[in-house]
Amino acid sequence: MKEIKGEQYKVNYKQESTTINFEGSLRRMGMTDYQPIENFMNEILDQNLGEITLDLCELVFLNSAGFRMLSKFVIAVRKQAKTQIVVKGNQAITWQNTSLKNLQKLMPSLILKWD
Amino acid sequence: MTNLFGEYQEQFEDYKHYEFLAIGYSPSSLPLSRRWKKNGIIADFVADYIITYFPENSTKEKMQNRIKDSVNYIANELLENAMKFNEQISSYPIKFKLHLFEDTGVKVVVTATNSICQKTKDTFQAFIQELLASDPEDFYLVQLERSAEAENAPGIGLITIINDYNAKIGWKFETLPKNQSLIIVTTMVKLEYNLQGLLK
Repeated sequence: MKEIKGEQYKVNYKQESTTINFEGSLRRMGMTDYQPIENFMNEILDQNLGEITLDLCELVFLNSAGFRMLSKFVIAVRKQAKTQIVVKGNQAITWQNTSLKNLQKLMPSLILKWD
Repeated sequence: MTNLFGEYQEQFEDYKHYEFLAIGYSPSSLPLSRRWKKNGIIADFVADYIITYFPENSTKEKMQNRIKDSVNYIANELLENAMKFNEQISSYPIKFKLHLFEDTGVKVVVTATNSICQKTKDTFQAFIQELLASDPEDFYLVQLERSAEAENAPGIGLITIINDYNAKIGWKFETLPKNQSLIIVTTMVKLEYNLQGLLK
């Protein structure tokens, strides 16, 4: 299992379920600071897996730079046009309840599943 | 010189049950990467604090979480912007305030103040004018697409606050008598709840 860890967050990839899991609070400083996580996600996308799940159910906080990173990834998936993307969210977490629908607007075929 | 944009309010003292929290800090005491941590600490604190303002039992747990999370997101975004765009050579403190009062419901006002140079002011005001003239939802999606193309796409946090958190937003730009080249900008976000903690 590949993993990127910070003081308050963890991002890891489970190959058997082709799922990228996010946990904790992500408040990194700007897009440059998010580059390692973005690269981590893009490497998985480049494997042409057919389906990738982003599991956000335990990501309690995400700042706007982090949301830009997620939307950039969704746009990359849309442009690649080979991968189905599934986003798993938790409606009890306010930012997810209010903002995850915006990812679907960027890519209408994105499947949004609530935990 | 003072310029106002959007919905900006100056006076709160006359409202019922007015209270506020104010925090100020030096913009240059530590390197930016180390100062960044303060944003999350302050945002978490004010998010916890705000729930004490609502009458007991008026807010169910689900609503409390929603109010806390909304204030946490908004406070964090305003603080991050204040820190990111602050004029580096200026020692003018970054100021953060949370105002709470009752009007037709409970109003929560979050402000962040920082100094900027003339060039940043011009870019910021052009962005504000584009934002105020746009449909927030359309503008939000345009900025996300621009951002993915590595174009400069500022203000996604501010548009999220308007679009996803149903908040009102305004700005004040002013100059100080002692230094006309330095601009002091305050961003104000206003949320309104009824006494049961529901967003109005």
